[in-house]
Amino acid sequence: MLTEQEHEVLAQELERYPDRRAASIDCLVRLQESRGGWLSDETLADLAPVLDMSVHELDALATFYNRLNRRPVGRHLIRVCDSVSCWIMGSDAVCAVLRERLGIDLGCTTPDGRFTLLPTQCLGACERAPVLSIDDKQYTDLRADDLDAILADHD
Amino acid sequence: MAETPLTDRIGPERKPPGLAEYRRAGGYKAVDKALRHLSPEDVRNQVTESNLRGRGGAGFPTGKKWSFVPQGDDAPTPKYLVVNADEMEPGTFKDRLLLEGDPHQMIEAVILSAYAIGASQAYIFLRGEYVTAARVLRQAIAEAKDAGLLGHRIRDTDFSLELHLHMSAGRYICGEETALLSALEGRRALPRTKPPYPQAAGLWGYPTVVNNVETLCNVPHIVAHGGDWFQSLSHTDDGGTKIYGVSGRVRKPGLWELPMGTTAREIIEEHAGGMRDGYRFRGLLPGGASTDFIVAEHLDLPLDFSGLSKAGSRLGTGTMIILDDHTCPVGMCLNMERFFAQESCGWCTPCRDGLPLVTATLAAIEAGRGRPEDLDLLEQHTRLLGMGNTFCAHAPGAMEPLQSALKHFRDDFEQHIREGRCPYR
Ligand SMILES: Cc1cc2nc3c(=O)[nH]c(=O)nc-3n(C[C@H](O)[C@H](O)[C@H](O)COP(=O)(O)O)c2cc1C
Ligand code: SF4
Ligand code: FES
Repeated sequence: MLTEQEHEVLAQELERYPDRRAASIDCLVRLQESRGGWLSDETLADLAPVLDMSVHELDALATFYNRLNRRPVGRHLIRVCDSVSCWIMGSDAVCAVLRERLGIDLGCTTPDGRFTLLPTQCLGACERAPVLSIDDKQYTDLRADDLDAILADHD
Repeated sequence: MAETPLTDRIGPERKPPGLAEYRRAGGYKAVDKALRHLSPEDVRNQVTESNLRGRGGAGFPTGKKWSFVPQGDDAPTPKYLVVNADEMEPGTFKDRLLLEGDPHQMIEAVILSAYAIGASQAYIFLRGEYVTAARVLRQAIAEAKDAGLLGHRIRDTDFSLELHLHMSAGRYICGEETALLSALEGRRALPRTKPPYPQAAGLWGYPTVVNNVETLCNVPHIVAHGGDWFQSLSHTDDGGTKIYGVSGRVRKPGLWELPMGTTAREIIEEHAGGMRDGYRFRGLLPGGASTDFIVAEHLDLPLDFSGLSKAGSRLGTGTMIILDDHTCPVGMCLNMERFFAQESCGWCTPCRDGLPLVTATLAAIEAGRGRPEDLDLLEQHTRLLGMGNTFCAHAPGAMEPLQSALKHFRDDFEQHIREGRCPYR
């Protein structure tokens, strides 16, 4: 069930568009924020009647867009840029260190639920490559030695 | 010093100017001028005369794009203006500078451009990762609303405009302008058939113009100083300045606003500080991953919309990616084709099935399992996935770096196959 607060948030999103479907992506993003960073079947079922859409239509969106997660994620989402400028500047090495430190592969979550590690597309900071973001905060000009300190900042 | 109208108020340690500071620097004067003294048609004419061309990658003349919007009392309403701030082209980071550094310039640009085409609704389609840009834009939009620069009857004229921010949920194809419209309508970002062009039937079937951030940010300056002035900023026939960027192994990667038509040699050597010690230049992609490589012999060509055709390439977004002599060109192509394969929307078969095959073939060559006939296969695909064979420009764009790499760095591909390994490891 949607909380009262969630109803309010969705109402704000609906205001900007002439029809309800148009707000669907914004609504999915907002509900993902309030529900632990991912979209469960239940969340889609809660949202569908508000938008007058079917659960399947919402699922089609949730499985299309990169920033919508259909599976549980950890408390912090690490996104490592693997696009071309970062690759030239050594993103493979950054990724290898992260996988080793966290003991998980790309796309996985640490058993303690602390981190999910995902590759991402160019983060638009190519002049400071390699780049990663944790919960949308960017870390740039990365060197392998920086990573422990960056991880330690997030518990 | 050459003039830098787009970035005058932006600096590395500077906060984005608020409304008062933006006004003190002459901001919103163009809005006052246009709304009081110029008709929408006057503004459209100025933009046409300035020879402003789209900075989103394709270089379409902006005045011409706007001329397809139906005008007059019979024109369908509402009309929409959409700012393409999706900026997901790998290696591209210029719109971010403009959005984070000077949000009121963006808003003034939207007001003037909407006025010119008669739009009453505007959206900024912003990529989801640009959270700083979102914060400063939201604040600036609120300031502009409070000051009566947005909303009902702006400056006590008959012109009204609502400006909304949409944060994308992320997918490269959202940047393609018709796919972007699908996303704004709350659908999967699938491109649409053209015609009808968005100017005739775009968002919810109404006339819509989609322009890139940097394109639009030029409009206030054109309205303030005129088309001739704008043309005079450029070294070539394409008016204005350009925000050029460099990433890769140069001493000082970054962005610079320079006269349109500046050469790659000047940008790399004078602005980016040349190659890092121990690295030699081998080639570059002039404007993001979906442009063709150029090599040393092309470094003195003017970087504008026509100058690079001699080198078989194009300006694209103007943010170049440098290939150095320690970086494997095959690996670099593999990285980019993997990106394009992942980001294909899946709608049409050549792209959906062709890009994974190209990626797998490159991966095999890179891993030392390539066969001589693989190069023919790749070459064949650069044609099969080329312009005209796919539903949108995604796959043709993906083929540009590959077809030019096969031409300029053929020895590298052959060496991988001959020696059964990557010589750069
Ligand atoms: C796959 C693909 C991705 C694109 N991504 C962007 C983008 O992120 N930003 C952008 O401004 N244009 C992008 N474009 C170009 C747009 O379709 C469109 O040409 C542009 O927004 C028009 O604006 P302009 O005339 O001001 O350049 C992309 C095109 C394609 C085919
Ligand atoms: S070319 Fe690719 S991205 Fe474009 S419509 Fe076809 S499948 Fe989609
Ligand atoms: S390629 Fe990594 S930020 Fe652009």
